[in-house]
Amino acid sequence: MMAPHDDDDCERMTPSRRAVLGAAGALFAWSFVPKFAYAAAGARDPRFVLVILRGALDGLSAVPPIGDPDYAGLREGIALAKDGPDAALSLDGFFYLHPAMPNLARLYKQGQATIVHAAATGYRERSHFDGQDVLESGQPGTGHTQSGWLNRLLASLPAGEGVSRKGVLGVGVVPPLVVRGDAPVLGWAPPRMARAGSDLTMRLADLYGQRDPALARALAEAIETEGVAQRRGMAGEQKGGGGPDTADGMRRIAEGAAGLVGADDGPRIAALAFEGWDTHANEGGAKGRLANLLGGLDGAFAAFEQGLAPVWKDTVVMVATEFGRTAAVNGTVGTDHGTGTVAFLVGGGVKGGRVVADWPGLKPEQLYQNRDLKPTTDIRAVAKGVVSELFGLSGPVLAEKVFPETGGLRPVQGLVV
Amino acid sequence: MAGSGELTAGAVALQRFGLGPKPGQGEVFRAQIREKLLAEIAAGGVAQPAGVPFSGTVEIGKALFAFEDQEKREREARRIASATHAQASQQGSPQAMEMVGAAPQAQPAGPQNQMAPAKPPNEPALPYRTYRDEVKSRVDLALAAETGFSERLVMFWSNHFCIGATKSTIGRIMAGAYEREAIRPHVFGRFEDMLIAAESHPAMLDFLDNRQSIGPNSPAGRRQGRGLNENLAREIMELHTLGVSGGYSQGDVTNLARILTGWTMAGRDGRLGFPGSFIFNPGQHEPGVTPLLGRDYAQPDLAQGVAALTDLARQPATAHFIATKLVRHFVADDPTPPLVEALAATFRDSGGDLGAVYRALIGNDAAWMAPATKIRSPQEFMLASYRALGRKPDFGQIIGPVGVMGQPFWQPSGPNGYADSNAAWGSAEGLKTRVDVAAGWGRQAAGSVADPRVLADDILGPLLSPETKQAVARAESKPQAIALLLMSPEFQRR
Repeated sequence: MMAPHDDDDCERMTPSRRAVLGAAGALFAWSFVPKFAYAAAGARDPRFVLVILRGALDGLSAVPPIGDPDYAGLREGIALAKDGPDAALSLDGFFYLHPAMPNLARLYKQGQATIVHAAATGYRERSHFDGQDVLESGQPGTGHTQSGWLNRLLASLPAGEGVSRKGVLGVGVVPPLVVRGDAPVLGWAPPRMARAGSDLTMRLADLYGQRDPALARALAEAIETEGVAQRRGMAGEQKGGGGPDTADGMRRIAEGAAGLVGADDGPRIAALAFEGWDTHANEGGAKGRLANLLGGLDGAFAAFEQGLAPVWKDTVVMVATEFGRTAAVNGTVGTDHGTGTVAFLVGGGVKGGRVVADWPGLKPEQLYQNRDLKPTTDIRAVAKGVVSELFGLSGPVLAEKVFPETGGLRPVQGLVV
Repeated sequence: MAGSGELTAGAVALQRFGLGPKPGQGEVFRAQIREKLLAEIAAGGVAQPAGVPFSGTVEIGKALFAFEDQEKREREARRIASATHAQASQQGSPQAMEMVGAAPQAQPAGPQNQMAPAKPPNEPALPYRTYRDEVKSRVDLALAAETGFSERLVMFWSNHFCIGATKSTIGRIMAGAYEREAIRPHVFGRFEDMLIAAESHPAMLDFLDNRQSIGPNSPAGRRQGRGLNENLAREIMELHTLGVSGGYSQGDVTNLARILTGWTMAGRDGRLGFPGSFIFNPGQHEPGVTPLLGRDYAQPDLAQGVAALTDLARQPATAHFIATKLVRHFVADDPTPPLVEALAATFRDSGGDLGAVYRALIGNDAAWMAPATKIRSPQEFMLASYRALGRKPDFGQIIGPVGVMGQPFWQPSGPNGYADSNAAWGSAEGLKTRVDVAAGWGRQAAGSVADPRVLADDILGPLLSPETKQAVARAESKPQAIALLLMSPEFQRR
């Protein structure tokens, strides 16, 4: 304890702390706007989770086009087969699914998963970091990292409605760019150490309120999310475990995100990232490095399905990566940076059981720059289709604010139930 | 006598360019910081950590291969033992080799093996043990450093030329040696020397897969039918030299990969060199003249790659890219063009003399007068906190906090290294995690800090705001007062 004369100060501390609680509340004051505005829209209460795979997923291994006569020859040492031990799982007789993903195969059969193949953003270079920035910023090119498209999506919704009043959840100690921006961002990461007492947090909120608006806002948002997590009983869960490049870490992240997004008072939109997809060497086929990662992603799908069960019918989980990998295996039984790849849509809100693809073929002259799977579907058109149907955003708003300069890029229709 | 404005600038500079003051340092250092920084540049060298387990990669290679052989023998012994004695199999563990990225675990008590080294129970395996000792030694050095400026530069360059300790056993065991061998000797030297040292280090060649990259027309390529891996070549141009918009093409990436074929690590057989050391293997090198960025490289063997890297280091785009990153790191997330141009011009004119570039930074008032907006990275926050508190943390007290805050040593999620912006480190969840960490440090230090109010004055000096001073004074306990000091805006931002 401090010297006795401070006791008096402690007493006088109280009103000021109340004031801060008030201020933190004011930041979220619009979260208490009655639901009728939203209810009047008459729609569902949708949930949208974006999963970013950092490092560039090899779409030709995740969803191998075994029916394409050129597939096996390009992929010596890592090609998957449609029969034998560890056979790939059949989707439509042309496309197959990696055998490490039985949950996704089941969801596909149940009509709750759609696979988009030969897809890419508008980015045509091969830098991971620029590619991820383009994917997450939703901008037509590089160099725009002030805000992400999910944040602008939220900011475009009418204030006070069910979705916008909850903020957008960015999972991780460092939130992904796609959620950053002016609209409120909630943060959460799998707990790994003892939480500080709320008294210290409130005193800091007080100090920041007087001295540092940016830190004050960040702390208020953290306090808000922690409140949701506590009400969902997530405070005392297991600590430690693997990172976002392990199956265990992916499952825990998915469970946590599902817990928050599934809460009545939680966010409706979330983004999170899994890592480790940059398989330059020893990528593996039915077993190995990529198979382990795909198994982790598949486990995350199961965790989403379970954690979001009550709202699963209104949920769409979208999985996207910055670009694909070379069509041919490289010199070290892996694949280098490429272009076209796959995206997944999973959830009860998905009109699934389909592979959406305008297949370009795998002959040398059919490849992009004689090297990569040619992209024939723009991931932004897929995202636009999903969010326009889920959240009722108009075409011009989508084409100007959320995905700027995409007026000529029609949203893919009919992806949502 | 320095005026109050200069003292405030000096107080910011202690945090901006260094690792923050230690108890008793503040008053003197705030008045002399510019002279001290310039003296460090003039001295022109960086200390090496003491007490590291291996002096260099050659020793590490030898130890690592011996360790792997031992593991193999133990696995084999367990397999035989379990086949012959069913009950003995319960003790075996198949996890011995899966510890690359994992926290240390107790070693399984294997069957008796006279080759087994004496190892205390609960001691992690050699790669993690080495990583642990390397982290501890480099943190000790940063805590002992006078201003911490040189150590900040080591951290900057180590992140610029980052490798990853979780990709492989080699990365885990060599991460510390990489920083000692490729980064530290060149921090005040020439950029091209650091570039070549980094790209030829076994840890880098393993991290970005060049070890296995083989020229398709080399003897090995013709024999084995294996070929190029362009990972290292791309990241050299995108992340280490020119920058992503530095004017290279996919063709340049492939050609630089060709030029760098044969840059590899000697294997355990020692046929081409000491096991674990860098070697150039002519049998894997793509023969012939190779163009890069409009120039033809006709040099034989290793000289071809050295010439290509030297030219990349001297490109104007490289000077601009490095200058931008330095200003972003030390001064502001959005670097002001005049300051960047001043550093880039010095870089170009001096042929990449890094000491001259730092002098241009320290000598420029714009670098001093910019408001303290940048939030300290988790590693900086950890080092500044332990310095301020006068504590000597053990390994767990180092790696735990930086791990939860998102910046464990030598483990960025990609070859672009850790982020260097408030958008990354000032997030809601990141800030809340810092509060948790600071609360723990407050509890740890409560016994050794006599009076947090005095410490706040000592460490922050003219930066201490009335509000923070009051918050520290009114804290309900000493641990809370310390946590409030460490989490105050003036301690968090530099």
